[in-house]
Amino acid sequence: MAENGKLKLGLYWAASCGGCEIAIVELREKILDLDAAAEILFWPCAMDFKYKDVEAMPDKHMDVVLFNGAIRSSENEEMAHLLREKAKVLVAFGSCAHEGCIPGLSNLFDRESTFERVYLTSESVDNPNGYLPQTSYQMPEGEVHIPTFYNTVKTLGQVEDVDYYVPGCPPQAPQIWAVVEAILGGNLPPKGSVVGASPDKTVCDECEYERKEKCVQKFYRPHEIIPDGVSCLFDQGIICSGPATRAGCGALCTSVGMPCRGCYGPAPNVEDQGAALLSAIASVVDADTEEEAARIVAEVVDPVGTFYRFGLPASMLHRKKLEGR
Amino acid sequence: MSNNGKDFEPRIVGFLCNWCTYAAADTAGVSRMTQAPNVDVIRVMCSGRVDPAFVLKAFAEGADGVIVSGCHPPGDCHYNNGNYKTFRRMPLLEAMLQQYGIEEGRFHWGWISGAEAPKWAKLVNEFTEQVRDLGPLNWKRQLSSKEE
Repeated sequence: MAENGKLKLGLYWAASCGGCEIAIVELREKILDLDAAAEILFWPCAMDFKYKDVEAMPDKHMDVVLFNGAIRSSENEEMAHLLREKAKVLVAFGSCAHEGCIPGLSNLFDRESTFERVYLTSESVDNPNGYLPQTSYQMPEGEVHIPTFYNTVKTLGQVEDVDYYVPGCPPQAPQIWAVVEAILGGNLPPKGSVVGASPDKTVCDECEYERKEKCVQKFYRPHEIIPDGVSCLFDQGIICSGPATRAGCGALCTSVGMPCRGCYGPAPNVEDQGAALLSAIASVVDADTEEEAARIVAEVVDPVGTFYRFGLPASMLHRKKLEGR
Repeated sequence: MSNNGKDFEPRIVGFLCNWCTYAAADTAGVSRMTQAPNVDVIRVMCSGRVDPAFVLKAFAEGADGVIVSGCHPPGDCHYNNGNYKTFRRMPLLEAMLQQYGIEEGRFHWGWISGAEAPKWAKLVNEFTEQVRDLGPLNWKRQLSSKEE
């Protein structure tokens, strides 16, 4: 705690979209309560802080650091190590830090193919000389360096010791506030817990659609069908991640007719969200012969991207096989 | 046995249903059929009990190949339709493994009844050679490989 009795708080973003920062602002008027309760020592997205400000702090100087974003580059990893040193409690905040999230889908590629797409073949890129980022460059003034882009996106927990995980893309404001209150009140669960989400339920438990015996004859992608608004989306053949996803969001997506995409991560006691979802999806296919089953499941476009949309780096296999290793 | 110069012993995990394929494997052993010693058998009550996570975990923890085998559909399943779950899940799992870059030849799923011990022995021998030709998968090593 600071001398004025406030909680010393740091916030950082690594490989992320900025949505987690917006989620903090989504606290709305409660952000004033947050300001009253906490002294913000580091928040590069919102205010001007330098890394050397953090380096200058004594170890364990900050009470809590909310770290959002995945580990995509050497800079992300360095900051993870630095903030671990300076924080009493390090929180993986949001889906990217928790399980890799959308940036983690690039684990289906490697650095070379990612660069090729982003800097060379993308339709919106004009790069006739084929320049690619270099990690070091000789300037008249001397050699300059930029961080290294990794082949593999990692979660915060894969490079550093994490105290708590707050899931969600982004975490929902009431859940964030519940976590802040738990921190202030000092009633935190055991280290390593997922906080700010249900300890024992899936999204289906929060979803209000009517469920029947599942029997799927055809899979639809969300743009191919208008849901009837009454029955379970999965019953209608729309792949919904609800059965394999931890509750906590309040079934936001399904309540407006969009299938759950799985951002709150694996359901409690599930190790691999994608495998659990694959298992649930495939087993209710209405097929009594091998040929029919194979035909229906072949309608699932991009299984890895569908079943691990938010959690590929945290899954059992973590990434696509790297050639030549 | 040809091994294309690949001097390694594949590690293969076989998930076999208690009622059919495990019985076949047992018979193959008792009858002293010649089989490659590369398959570690895990007996499950039904091939429908094989969670796709079991297969992923086997690969993640070092298996070079995985076999899932149960009772012939439609009617052989001890639980009537457990194997229906198998033939609905496995093609989707297969597609997913290919996206992960795991070669087709490293994963086999199918049916062997309790009366088909020679078929099991043949599968073991052929699959082992097939995986040997593909070389080690070594998933753990590629994950631990230092980035830069």
